[in-house]
Amino acid sequence: MAYTEEELKKELETQEYAYGFYTDIEADTLPVGLNEDIVRAISKKKEEPEWMTEWRLEAFRAWEEMKEPDWANVHYEKPNFQNISYYSAPKKKPKYESLDEVDPELLDTFNKLGISIDEQKKLAGVAVDIVMDSVSVATTFKKTLAEKGIIFCSISEAIKEHPELVKKYLGTVVPQKDNFYAALNSAVFSDGSFCYIPKGVRCPMELSTYFRINQAGTGQFERTLVIADEGSYVSYLEGCTAPMRDENQLHAAVVELIALDDAEIKYSTVQNWFPGGKDGKGGVFNFVTKRGLCEKNAKISWTQVETGSAVTWKYPSCVLKGDNSIGEFYSIAVTNNYQQADTGTKMIHLGKNTRSTIISKGISAGKSQNSYRGLVQVSSRADNARNFSQCDSLLMGNDCGAHTFPYIEAKNKTAQIEHEATTSKIGEDQIFYCNQRGIDTEKAIALIVNGFSKEVLNKLPMEFAVEAQKLLEISLEGSVG
Amino acid sequence: MLKIENLHASVEDKEILKGLGIEVKPGEVHAIMGPNGAGKSTLSSVIAGREEFEVTEGTIEFNGEDITEMEADERAHKGIFMSFQYPVEIPGISVTNFIKTAINETRKAKGLEEMPANEMLKKIKEKAALLDIDMKFLSRSLNEGFSGGEKKRNEIFQMAMLEPKLAILDETDSGLDIDALRIVANGVNKLKSNDNAVVVITHYQRLLDYIVPDYVHVLFDGKIVKSGTKELALELEAKGYDWIKQEVTA
Repeated sequence: MAYTEEELKKELETQEYAYGFYTDIEADTLPVGLNEDIVRAISKKKEEPEWMTEWRLEAFRAWEEMKEPDWANVHYEKPNFQNISYYSAPKKKPKYESLDEVDPELLDTFNKLGISIDEQKKLAGVAVDIVMDSVSVATTFKKTLAEKGIIFCSISEAIKEHPELVKKYLGTVVPQKDNFYAALNSAVFSDGSFCYIPKGVRCPMELSTYFRINQAGTGQFERTLVIADEGSYVSYLEGCTAPMRDENQLHAAVVELIALDDAEIKYSTVQNWFPGGKDGKGGVFNFVTKRGLCEKNAKISWTQVETGSAVTWKYPSCVLKGDNSIGEFYSIAVTNNYQQADTGTKMIHLGKNTRSTIISKGISAGKSQNSYRGLVQVSSRADNARNFSQCDSLLMGNDCGAHTFPYIEAKNKTAQIEHEATTSKIGEDQIFYCNQRGIDTEKAIALIVNGFSKEVLNKLPMEFAVEAQKLLEISLEGSVG
Repeated sequence: MLKIENLHASVEDKEILKGLGIEVKPGEVHAIMGPNGAGKSTLSSVIAGREEFEVTEGTIEFNGEDITEMEADERAHKGIFMSFQYPVEIPGISVTNFIKTAINETRKAKGLEEMPANEMLKKIKEKAALLDIDMKFLSRSLNEGFSGGEKKRNEIFQMAMLEPKLAILDETDSGLDIDALRIVANGVNKLKSNDNAVVVITHYQRLLDYIVPDYVHVLFDGKIVKSGTKELALELEAKGYDWIKQEVTA
């Protein structure tokens, strides 16, 4: 199928959100609005200890004094934070021993998402802690992990079972008052994942969590804390899809990674939340704070494939505190229709001989706006710091935009910083060439986009790379002009 | 196999082909020659089904079927192949991945299963050997950083893999040195059979020393103004295109 520009535009607009469905599960939801009582109520519902309640309240008080940031290259109607319910949990609270006990409707949802637990169980090497509407409902492979001393559980469970670890590390990388959304998250986070890898242990499987927003008018405030103790290694996968909804859904997650001396953390994300309709109505607002701290000789790699959300505000960053530590950021951000993404990274070089790599691939289609925003900061003590940044943009059609905002602050003369950027457009001649070889336009776009994104896709674990490729295809079907 | 009648085609409202006719039968090799701007590349693009060219009059028939309005990928599925004068680059997609996709998409269109990996590999090795292509070359990004010769050889490699019924070689000789020309021509000759046909579109006759045509047509101002045998190509080479122009305008 070769398309005229008009036909392509039409087809692009009618592209439905492939994962748009909604599961009707009875939920236990708090009244809308936010005040100290609500914060206390959340903490109580989660049966948290007093110190945790206080920690939340401290964050809430700070948040009250803060203003929503507006420096990002995104435009949207600011959410009314008093019009959101801050807690919603599936009613069947107890953990299930077997799949038979799980709400069949929930299982059906997982099946639609292509992540049936049955399948996951068989998938060698992947433990899944599925977070649905804020509370973990299924955890697998726990035993195998326990044998190695690895803790992988919901953050609520960790607060109860491993308070010493949570107390020691929570908020050390992303402080409660770090920014507006991080403060909000700290006050009201509902659940999330916790992971601890003991000294010298190499986690034998990819750890993964599937997030899913499922309750109308429910904000999602996930909190993730990953601690890799000295000399340990872990690869963590996070993937999301969301059902189609009319109203905007707010998501403000916080992810903190701590890589102690000689440790390595690979954190991979595939994000496919509802991006809003073809008219720009609805869609998830995604305001995420992700940051990792590297001690001596440690390494943190962020890999993200962002295809969803109406508005994305996200900068997975690395604080390279220890000497010889390494930070990496590999990103593919796709925007279509009226989606807006302002995403990138911060590499903060504090230690000597620290190195960072940034590879960012932005793909814009429709009337979307896609911005890369990055900061490379080299402190005066960071001798021989090195950074390499590469920002590539691919445009489809004439109504979308790609923007690059690279910031560099170097306070040490020995720093070596490189920045490369390219912008290209999918050409009709490329499409025709593929058509001539029997490849239809949809498939041709998928092929070209995959080629463009290859450097980043290659960084993903195998099973995730396949899913990511599929998402790229779904997100961009028919979008060339 | 290919029957074009009274073909008029324009791009951006400018008429380029002005009533062109040609018939190609299985087993035949046709050469279409003509000066720059005569409409040679337009003809190949129109046969292959490029959207930007609008057929305003006339028909293109392929194996008895009217394909005038057919999409480019469907024409490819029917067995029409065009070797591009300027093959495009697709960064990040290897030659192997590309050809694998092309073959499997064609098979899918015919309701066939994907070609098994081992069979695909065997075929790739066989065709690469035929065209003297290094296997390492096949893992490089499609046409990215390829020399002119490599691009053309890659086109013929894809042709060998796809085994088309009709191959249109659009200025395949341009940018080729004599060795590359020989290899490419040799490849085309080996792929020739009584069931398929080749249309060579060229400005110069030197490629025709290696791919010997059964018929030679002269394209001028959007029409075939003269047809003949191999000797016509030699005459053109000796006299240039001016005498054709004079003959037509006289």
